[in-house]
Amino acid sequence: MTVLDMRDVRKVYRSGDAEVVALDHATLAVDHGEIVALLGPSGSGKTTLLSIAGGLLAPTEGSVVVDGEDITGHDARRLTAFRREHVGFVFQSVNLVPFLTAEENLLVVDELGGGKGGRAARERARALLDELGLAARGSNMPSQLSGGERQRVAIGRALFNNPGLVLFDEPTSALDTQLGEQVMELIRREMKARDTAAVIVTHDTRMTHYADRVVRIVDGRLTADPVPA
Amino acid sequence: MSLKLPLRELRRRPTRFLVATVVLAFLSTLLLFLGGLLDGLYLGSTGAIRAQDADVIVYSSTARDSFLRSRITADVRSEVDAVDGVDAVGGLGFVLLGADVPGEADPADVAIAGYELAPKGVPEVSSLYDGQGVADRRLEDQGVGVGDTLLIGPAKTEVTVVGWVEDTAYLQQGTIWVNLATWRQVQNANRPDAAVADDVVQALVVRGSGDLAAAIDTATGGATSTLTVEEAVLALPGVEQQNSTFNQIIYSTLVVVLAVVGLFFSLLTLERLGLYGVLKAVGASSGRLFAGVVLQAVVVTIVAFVAGSALAMAAAAALPSGVPLQLEPSRFVFTFTALLVASVLGSAISLRKVLHVDPAAAIGTSS
Ligand SMILES: Nc1ncnc2c1ncn2[C@@H]1O[C@H](COP(=O)(O)OP(=O)(O)OP(=O)(O)O)[C@@H](O)[C@H]1O
Ligand SMILES: [Mg+2]
Repeated sequence: MTVLDMRDVRKVYRSGDAEVVALDHATLAVDHGEIVALLGPSGSGKTTLLSIAGGLLAPTEGSVVVDGEDITGHDARRLTAFRREHVGFVFQSVNLVPFLTAEENLLVVDELGGGKGGRAARERARALLDELGLAARGSNMPSQLSGGERQRVAIGRALFNNPGLVLFDEPTSALDTQLGEQVMELIRREMKARDTAAVIVTHDTRMTHYADRVVRIVDGRLTADPVPA
Repeated sequence: MSLKLPLRELRRRPTRFLVATVVLAFLSTLLLFLGGLLDGLYLGSTGAIRAQDADVIVYSSTARDSFLRSRITADVRSEVDAVDGVDAVGGLGFVLLGADVPGEADPADVAIAGYELAPKGVPEVSSLYDGQGVADRRLEDQGVGVGDTLLIGPAKTEVTVVGWVEDTAYLQQGTIWVNLATWRQVQNANRPDAAVADDVVQALVVRGSGDLAAAIDTATGGATSTLTVEEAVLALPGVEQQNSTFNQIIYSTLVVVLAVVGLFFSLLTLERLGLYGVLKAVGASSGRLFAGVVLQAVVVTIVAFVAGSALAMAAAAALPSGVPLQLEPSRFVFTFTALLVASVLGSAISLRKVLHVDPAAAIGTSS
């Protein structure tokens, strides 16, 4: 079944008189549990595509359906609630709340959704941290964590609400190759264990073998690699 | 709605909020001081009139609502007595003088007040002999004690203090309540230029019902000008000017509070735009983020107010007794409420910034 279904999506940025077509007739479908790598040069529209897929940005044209919900016409308020419940984000730079511990950074998502941060939520946060190899780091502040550990906390936050789709924008670009590969391996394991779909933006071809499928983007247009055997 | 995040930030990064808290604490102290001075001046000016257990006060129409200029004759008094709705009428007279206190080098400032209808807290006038008076407690600071015989004014008229009353000062002087005969004696001995005849008083206090002021002024054919007790309080010299001057300073200070809170929290919001972008991306609404800003402003204000109050009380205790500073509970309530309103309004300046944070900006930025 399809988790992400983008059809004929076009995105035009206007700044003054200038127009930039960041996405042009982009059509992309991602199935449950499928991991798609989105590969393209700088400025090709990767972040724009992720933003539209995750309901951070409205497309100029085309339609976006996530988890069976058509979000094309949603207003800002509905998109906020939608993001909270249906998608997880892992950003390029580490964006943890600096004055919260690792565990509390996961619970933020629960609190934003009106959760009380009760025992069940805390246990779930601990289990997730354990899975991510951070069992001993739960009460550390972000400043006391290494770059790789922080990125893993961010992955935990993205997974906390059990979203059907997780979007990664260059999750390893701030890490060295070895750490980057560890994080990619972890992402793959976690996605497969949960049957969660993922779109992973990267411009590093060494990372694409962690994906089930590679989609290339150049100047806002998508071209798919043949599906590997 | 859970607002753990802003509260945790306050608890874990208190130093971020320190400067704003200290500035607001000093502003709270300043506000309490200004308000305390205003209250002290107001209460010290008006006590004798506020204490009147009456509905209206009758002046002669030429007096322009001043006791010192006012004279009511026996004829006018009987006209007032006859007005429908008037239940009781009493004479009233004031004279401000220095008084020698036994054992004290400096004379005390006193107001000798002659009365017939007892003000609130003052004993019935029939309990006082000629030459006796009950004194306002504030005279204790100037060395007056019960049993002392004071020598009033240049004529050194004797008045013996036989008891205390509270909160009845008149124009910053401690009032000594005496019968009308004693008041006339003091007035005529010390102010021969403004002597009063035996059946003359400065003003009348009247108890009754209905539209007394209009009825009395009509009955006397315009010989009187009648005010309610509240109007008479404001007609005292300087009271309205004091009120408006101090209130202007107090409201200007509140504008400064508003500016401090507004500036501080909009700078803080500016610093947090990146974090707000991320929180919006993971599902925080603008309303929740803004509520967090307001909550922090309110908490900072409460802490600052508590610290500022403690400082104001310590400073008030250290001040010499001559300073008319009076810290009333109502002043604390007013100042606290005004600070809260100013801090909510001040933090509201950040609303636009919070609303305009674009969650899409959180993604793809590498800083
Ligand atoms: N908010 C914006 N306003 C105007 N133009 C924009 C905006 N965001 C992106 N663009 C433009 O749209 C195009 C696609 O940008 P996008 O950020 O999606 O590229 P990208 O593939 O993520 O690049 P990178 O690898 O450098 O992150 C670029 O030409 C960019 O300059
Ligand atoms: Mg990008």
